[in-house]
Amino acid sequence: MMTNPTGRITQGQFSFLPDLTDAEIALQLDYGLRRGFAWSIEYTDDPHPRNTYWEMYGMPMFDLQDPAGLMVELRACRASFPQHYIRLMAFDSTRGVESIAMSFIVNRPAREPGFMLERQEVDGRSMRATIRGYAAERPEGERYGD
Amino acid sequence: MNQPAEGAPLAGNEIRDTKQRYSAGVLKYRQMGYWDADYVPKDTDVLCLFRITPQEGVDPIEAAAAVAGESSTATWTVVWTDRLTACDTYRAKAYKVEPAPGAPGVFLAWIAYDLVLFEEGSIANMTASLIGNVFSFKPLKACRLEDIRIPVAYVKTFKGPPTGLIVERERLDKFGRPLLGATTKPKLGLSARNYGRVIYEGLKGGLDFMKDDENINSQPFMHWRDRFLYVMDGVNKAAAATGEVKGSYLNVTGATMEDMYERAEFAKELGSVIVMVDLVIGWTAIQSMANWARKNDMLLHMHRAGHGTYTRQKSHGVSFRVIAKWLRLAGCDHLHAGTAVGKLEGDPMTVQGYYNVCRDAVTKQDLPRGLWFDQDWADLKKVMPVASGGIHAGQMHQLIDLFGDDVVLQFGGGTIGHPAGIQAGAVANRVALEAMVKARNEGRDIANEGPDILQAAARFCTPLRQALETWKDVSFNYASTDTSDYAATPTAL
Repeated sequence: MMTNPTGRITQGQFSFLPDLTDAEIALQLDYGLRRGFAWSIEYTDDPHPRNTYWEMYGMPMFDLQDPAGLMVELRACRASFPQHYIRLMAFDSTRGVESIAMSFIVNRPAREPGFMLERQEVDGRSMRATIRGYAAERPEGERYGD
Repeated sequence: MNQPAEGAPLAGNEIRDTKQRYSAGVLKYRQMGYWDADYVPKDTDVLCLFRITPQEGVDPIEAAAAVAGESSTATWTVVWTDRLTACDTYRAKAYKVEPAPGAPGVFLAWIAYDLVLFEEGSIANMTASLIGNVFSFKPLKACRLEDIRIPVAYVKTFKGPPTGLIVERERLDKFGRPLLGATTKPKLGLSARNYGRVIYEGLKGGLDFMKDDENINSQPFMHWRDRFLYVMDGVNKAAAATGEVKGSYLNVTGATMEDMYERAEFAKELGSVIVMVDLVIGWTAIQSMANWARKNDMLLHMHRAGHGTYTRQKSHGVSFRVIAKWLRLAGCDHLHAGTAVGKLEGDPMTVQGYYNVCRDAVTKQDLPRGLWFDQDWADLKKVMPVASGGIHAGQMHQLIDLFGDDVVLQFGGGTIGHPAGIQAGAVANRVALEAMVKARNEGRDIANEGPDILQAAARFCTPLRQALETWKDVSFNYASTDTSDYAATPTAL
């Protein structure tokens, strides 16, 4: 059990709030679509803070008009990966941005064991820190009891 | 003010007869070629708008010409050596003078400078001209550099922010919301070990960044190496506890460049994502630190310590919007740019103008926000503005409404002063932030419904309820000393 105030991994825009309902998720999708963002679904069972590349659940939906289309995909992703972390990401192709504009977690494993901080004492009083996920010891796909 | 030359035929206008123009003696600046009402600024000119208060009896056009002269080639008397040069191109041209709205005896003067006057990529050189001798010039009671247009040709000679706010977000893996920070308090006196405790608690509680204050360097109570070691242990421990990338601005400001490089190298060795310097280190040192940050994949946080000595008074000094433009060119990733609602100077629209300067791809003329010129940034990276000083969770709706997502909101006292402790303070701020972003995205009118949105979030979040109760009556409503000249946008210049 993680000991931070939320008891869970706090990545993404809304980890400190109660889990968003599907209706609330659709409102966020709609906000992104109105701003011209392309939505994408990504999932992982390695939520290390430096694990940039979660697996893509299909390509970004560049031509999506209606949040309902993405909600269908999200339900399918949750069915396939109920114990994975799933996040929705919005891409903004505006010149000078060309990056991610929104990102929030919409699915988590039931149990989040979190990370350990390993310290290596080096020269003087210096320290090298390594963050290691407790669940990451096991192979991909077997980490959170899928 | 200079007296006109004996027998000058056209007092007040440029003397074009070279024999007369270069005979020994003194001329009016406008006679020397520093005033040209017909001048059409070139796309490659640096344009400056000065607010000038001439001494009694000094003609405003002559005063403007004098500013142009003293900030470019002129000296107090005619020199024959001008004739060895293509001197006309080196003379800055005052080309427009208007009375300042609502301020008798004060004038606005527009001056154009040819690009040849400036060394590429050097803020030190640009400032030595534009705010050099001229600000001490006796015929002016006061002088302020109000705004500047830097031509694209000159912009492209600067490297700008080492990282920029887009790449910063990618490195930190934080998108679609303002970042949250806090300055460690008390500013002075904590031992390094106690100091690191504040870092750990704030970050674990939900902040993205903690921050050294401007005057934390390496004092008897806390040597810089000790601070860096304890702070980075707090940062790493909090990252493990939350699964998020965390940072703490390690202030590497020191007496010499050698000291600063040494401190920055140690911050890098310890794995910090960010270092910090104070504005008082000076332009050359800032550009050197920006180079270092670029080379070492480091965010560079700029604390604008000292700026109030020359930015705050409307009649004299340099506007912060000019400082912000120079800092974007010089290269910092974070810049304290005001809160509008907190304890430090700045009216909301003027402060929004500073934010635009930091974040725009092209800044458009916007007189109510104090922006006098169009400024094309030529794809230069963007600076993340920082709102810090006397703000708390109860103002979250105002802050997001004023500044949007690309900002670091820093609640120092508003985190550490929470009655239930530092983690609780951090939770209150993070919950308020996420609730407000979510509500805004859902289409709620946060400017008006903000207090209700916060109260609703406080029902599931006790620390937020306590924060709202503790700071409910805190505001800093004082008249600003620096406001824009226009309440509504008049026609373009």
